[in-house]
Amino acid sequence: MVSKKSDKQTYPVQLVQPDGRRVLDREHAALVADTDGARLRQLYEDLVVTRRIDVEATALQRQGQLGLWPPLYGQEAAQVGSAHALHPDDYAFCSYRETAVAYCRGVPPEQLTALWRGVAHHCWDPNQVNMTNANIVVGSQGLHATGYAYAAHLDGADIATIAYFGDGATSEGDIAEALGFAASWSAPVVFFCQNNQWAISEPVAVQSTVPLVRRADGYGIPGVQVDGNDVLAVLAVTRRAVERARTGGGPTFIEALTYRMGPHTTADDPTRYRTAADTEYWEHRDPIERIRLLLDREGLLDPEFAQRVADTADDIARRLRTATVEMPDPDPASMFDHVYATDHPLMAEQAQQFSAHLAEGAQP
Amino acid sequence: MITTFAAALNTGLRRAMDDDTKVVLLGEDIGKLGGVFRVTDTLQKDFGDNRVIDTPLAESGIVGTAFGMALRGYRPVVEIQFDGFVYPAFDQIVSQVAKIHYRTGGKVTAPLTIRIPFGGGIGAVEHHSESPEVYFAHTAGLRVVAPSTPADAYSMIRQAISLDDPVVFFEPKRRYWDKADVDFEGEPDLPLHKARVCTHGTDATVLAYGGTVATALAAAKIAAEEGHSLEVIDLRSLSPIDVDTIAESVDKTGRLVIVHEAPVFAGLGAEIAARVTERCFYQLEAPVLRVGGYDIPYPPAKLEKHHLPDPDRILAAVDRCLAA
Ligand SMILES: Cc1ncc(C[n+]2csc(CCOP(=O)(O)OP(=O)(O)O)c2C)c(N)n1
Repeated sequence: MVSKKSDKQTYPVQLVQPDGRRVLDREHAALVADTDGARLRQLYEDLVVTRRIDVEATALQRQGQLGLWPPLYGQEAAQVGSAHALHPDDYAFCSYRETAVAYCRGVPPEQLTALWRGVAHHCWDPNQVNMTNANIVVGSQGLHATGYAYAAHLDGADIATIAYFGDGATSEGDIAEALGFAASWSAPVVFFCQNNQWAISEPVAVQSTVPLVRRADGYGIPGVQVDGNDVLAVLAVTRRAVERARTGGGPTFIEALTYRMGPHTTADDPTRYRTAADTEYWEHRDPIERIRLLLDREGLLDPEFAQRVADTADDIARRLRTATVEMPDPDPASMFDHVYATDHPLMAEQAQQFSAHLAEGAQP
Repeated sequence: MITTFAAALNTGLRRAMDDDTKVVLLGEDIGKLGGVFRVTDTLQKDFGDNRVIDTPLAESGIVGTAFGMALRGYRPVVEIQFDGFVYPAFDQIVSQVAKIHYRTGGKVTAPLTIRIPFGGGIGAVEHHSESPEVYFAHTAGLRVVAPSTPADAYSMIRQAISLDDPVVFFEPKRRYWDKADVDFEGEPDLPLHKARVCTHGTDATVLAYGGTVATALAAAKIAAEEGHSLEVIDLRSLSPIDVDTIAESVDKTGRLVIVHEAPVFAGLGAEIAARVTERCFYQLEAPVLRVGGYDIPYPPAKLEKHHLPDPDRILAAVDRCLAA
């Protein structure tokens, strides 16, 4: 992938600079050649909307409506760009931060908060959008994506899976094992690492002394590092990886360089471990500002369009808020539902005992 | 000195590190952040990053490397960030750490303390409120303990660190912010394996550990108002169990209710009930009863108040055995 003809920096892959100017990279630009004005505007809208969703959910947590929220602020381009590279029949395996991926997969905003409100362990129906619910145990989804991909291969289905995880997760045995299995099976899986520079308080240097993308090398998996705040570049490299997987080429590892602008979760206090100067550098590389500047340069940012995007974001934020505050507490008896898929005598007995206990309590 | 549970642990760790330069801490986010519960707050600043080590995000790696350090004469204290994240390290703990002394004919020890915040009651998301103690209590070679008060947190962490056997040290996370008077100069008043009689009573014994001890004490207070005198015991050591203290109490009261957050099925309560039945068969006036979590995955936060034993459920069990 190194272009011999030019002396430009080939890694990380970048197609739009922070000031909105395009980068001349024929190889990768070709992968997004079909991204016309309408498509660019769609990407911009999705970036703006998902940031708005995130800001709204963070506010809902601060107002006591959610128990916790893991903000994606700053990582919108990595998520939106990669999600736009997926086909509807591809399957996404996520961690807990992939709100923008979920939105782009078609999850209605009303379904984004149940887990974080503490009313359920799930948010949406995975089967409907081919995307898993939040996975809190760091790194485990890498193996699931690999297994699903291999099963699809056995079925003769030409699909890809994508496993989203963070820089910290690359240290977990599960991710190492997933890379080994995927390579050994030549499984159609894309490993998408959002290197947001932090695993809670630990800088990425605690996890690795070399760029994370090089981890793929030892497994014989091609790796590519991309500017994760450049939605076009992310779209390009993920498209190539997805295409490779879908056509029998095997796994790819993508390291998207981005930054978590906010806290790890709303329970975290980043001032304990990083300075304002740390984040300032990245503020100038804001993923939304970049595409806004690009649209502006290319005459695609008329006031009507900007207004429409703002209205859409407002509307979706309103839906999210209303649905969240109106989400009822679950029926206590539902605790015993879905522990097993088949009847189980112990569950039936306990559910019955519990109801009796509740009924007793209800008496004056 | 009035101190929180978390701060008592912090002081205990600090003392242990002062006393023995071979004591080192390993874990995720334990340095600058001081751990997500701040138990290791300021220790890295004071002891340096060779003794308070922010590790890569890999639990098997944390325990496995700590085990290696222990083989070299160090006394590592490992922090597992949450109960639900100990499972990647399960193999290291159960297959390696627990068995090394046996497997080497007593030639090698693994003086390792594995701290795990455990239990619910803080409204957390899934995998953050588990009670995995029985997985470890079932494994020979491990000591398993759970303090329930700031004073025990302080003394038990120091005892655990100085023990030559590996200790799985469960910290009831909903008690981290509980405050009490702790004598930081005194020596532990009980050996690590002993249970503590918290309140004396004559009508029934209520046994609890970790987060549920305070709940049992609350129940005993209500029972007292209703004219029932309950003896509350804090088990403290989950392996081995101090059967003597429990049996002595049951011989007196004739009734036993065991309380824990963990699912009741094949839980610690079953083991205790069996042993007490063996020891106190002729003194028991009623079957030993268990009050615990239901046999379900820990439920969503909005339902945990139904899942966790509360004074009401404890008193219902007490009533049942008093009626027998
Ligand atoms: C197996 C496991 N260990 C520890 C944790 C606690 N924890 C939650 S998120 C996190 C940091 C993850 O960092 P990274 O993989 O970089 O992803 P990011 O949160 O930055 O997106 C930790 C330590 C966990 N959820 N799972």
